[in-house]
Amino acid sequence: MTTSRLLRSFTFRLALLYMLLSLGSVVVLLGYIYWATAGYMDRQVDSTIEAEIRGLAEQYQSRGLVGLSDIISERVSHDPKGASVYLLADASFAPIVGNLSDWPRAPVSASGWMRFELRDWGRDRSEEHEARARTFRLRGDLHLLVGRDVRDLQATHRLILDALTWGLAITAALALGVGLLMSSRVMHRIEAINLTSREIMEGDLSRRVPRDGSGDDFDRLAENLNRMLERIEKLMAAVRQVSDNIAHDLRTPLTRLSTRLEQARNSNPQQTPDEISRAIDQAIEDAQELLGTFNALLRIARIESRSSQGDFTDLDLACLAQDIAELYEPVAAEKDQELSVEGQDPVPVRGDRDLLFQALANLVDNAIKYAPPGCRITIGTAGRDAGAEVSVADTGPGIPADLREKVFQRFYRTDASRSTPGSGLGLSLVRAVADMHEARILLADNAPGLRATIVFPKRGLEPD
Amino acid sequence: MRVLLIEDDEQLAGYLQKALREVGTVVDHAGDGREGLLMAVGADYDVMIIDRMLPSLDGLSILRTLRASGNRTPVLILSALGEVDDRVAGLRAGGDDYLAKPFAFAELHARLEALLRRGSTDSPQTRLRVSDLEMDLLARTVVRSGKGISLQPREFRLLEYLMRHAGQVVTRTMLLESVWDYRFDPQTNVIDVHISRLRAKIDRGFDPPLLHTVRGAGYILRDNQ
Repeated sequence: MTTSRLLRSFTFRLALLYMLLSLGSVVVLLGYIYWATAGYMDRQVDSTIEAEIRGLAEQYQSRGLVGLSDIISERVSHDPKGASVYLLADASFAPIVGNLSDWPRAPVSASGWMRFELRDWGRDRSEEHEARARTFRLRGDLHLLVGRDVRDLQATHRLILDALTWGLAITAALALGVGLLMSSRVMHRIEAINLTSREIMEGDLSRRVPRDGSGDDFDRLAENLNRMLERIEKLMAAVRQVSDNIAHDLRTPLTRLSTRLEQARNSNPQQTPDEISRAIDQAIEDAQELLGTFNALLRIARIESRSSQGDFTDLDLACLAQDIAELYEPVAAEKDQELSVEGQDPVPVRGDRDLLFQALANLVDNAIKYAPPGCRITIGTAGRDAGAEVSVADTGPGIPADLREKVFQRFYRTDASRSTPGSGLGLSLVRAVADMHEARILLADNAPGLRATIVFPKRGLEPD
Repeated sequence: MRVLLIEDDEQLAGYLQKALREVGTVVDHAGDGREGLLMAVGADYDVMIIDRMLPSLDGLSILRTLRASGNRTPVLILSALGEVDDRVAGLRAGGDDYLAKPFAFAELHARLEALLRRGSTDSPQTRLRVSDLEMDLLARTVVRSGKGISLQPREFRLLEYLMRHAGQVVTRTMLLESVWDYRFDPQTNVIDVHISRLRAKIDRGFDPPLLHTVRGAGYILRDNQ
């Protein structure tokens, strides 16, 4: 993760924005705190001075100059620390009484306030500190000054300011740190998704976005992306398989058909019209078979790529099983096989009626085809706790355990079955139909024979 | 029988025209949708065959336009899209039957015959009769030459369908769709076995045989040949 990428990243910018916003609000908050504490103290001092100078002015009015001088002398003597400053001066600002040696030479504001340095006064002469004072002009051209040494107050100011500055600095550092941490975490997870997408674009469709299992937004995004990828991979595989199948498995019968037609054309003149028409009939049969295979392939591909369960209806598996048995019973009887149905209770499922019928028909058709005469074929339905299921069991030769997964591949035929007519697509279609219903198709040993079971997922609780 | 064929695939159209003429029908052909619609409203046809995908105006739009203007001519839709939902869309637009490509001509012919017949006899019948074979739809009994024949419920429906379409070829797919009410590909000829069972009940011991197999197409119920 380079710095420039970090700066360009949306999450980092977002974090930065939040940091600035929080800093702004902290500044406002601290400003208010400063105003409410330091400002309050200043105003307290000012109003005390104001009250005192008014009091002294009144004393002067009632008791005259002598009275005022007495009071000032008394106050000065009561304040050995020199926290308060008093000075009464005559018209030429020469001191009369007070604890200042000179009238301070500092500008006076319109309302009579002034600030000046206390120099020649107090215990610690080496130090200069500030005083804040109010001047008042008394009747008889006298000048009165009352003030306070604001050294302590300023120290408090500084203390508060320092605390606030540190607070601001810490907040800024925290906000920046957390922002960086957060954005790098988010960027890290987005980067993981980006990395996977790049790998997929380079052709590795099996890649998946890593998940942390927390179930948060990113985890759910990853989950959805993975689901989408799975679907895409499946569709791609289906497309690839159809083209592979056409290339490999349809070439042979097409070649056979073409050879047959060529032979019919190049036949010797002795060939009777009957023989020629037989050859043509055979060619037509070949072509029909090819068409059938094509249709079956396309059908499987279509079922596999179909995602909508929009035309699913509520149906009863037991009823479907009865219909299948009724349709195939005469065929089984012709082969001296016994076809029966087990389980009469309704087994409700949601599904595509025609496709499920087709899947069951394929299973029963296989059982009749591959089980020898005298066998028993049983169609069973049950609504188990795990979900509804329908099975077709026969007492024929069965399928060896190591081939039970292979038989679902398109065009796969076991060595034992090659002599029997068939396309090798029947079970592929059954699997496609099962997948479409989110059901599992299981092949098991019926001891003896084969038991094929379609297990439907457990139905969620529905409002009706 | 006068047939309008709206199909843009020249080769298929040519083949169908030839085959339809061979079975004694008059065929008009339109190669694109607009021309087809003009011909459909301009003349009186007994049945129309309309391809779903056509240049300039698609088959379902033609069909909807015809139905909206009160034209009730039976329509068979041809389509390369054989899925259930496509079929439903076709029937909903006002089609009377739906046939997916590729198909055998025998299948198309049988379905056309069935469509024509449906147009003519819509009155509710209580008795069906073919030669000396009689079916009472209310009492659910079948009698041939005065002798009662007992049939399973499905055999009864099978025979009923054959009798309603007496003299016409019915294909295996038509039987599966109408008698068993499932649209699927049975791979083996399950229907043949049911037919031979039915044949054993209605033809064995009687003369002449009524239920015949039409090679490469299906079955036909009729009283001679």
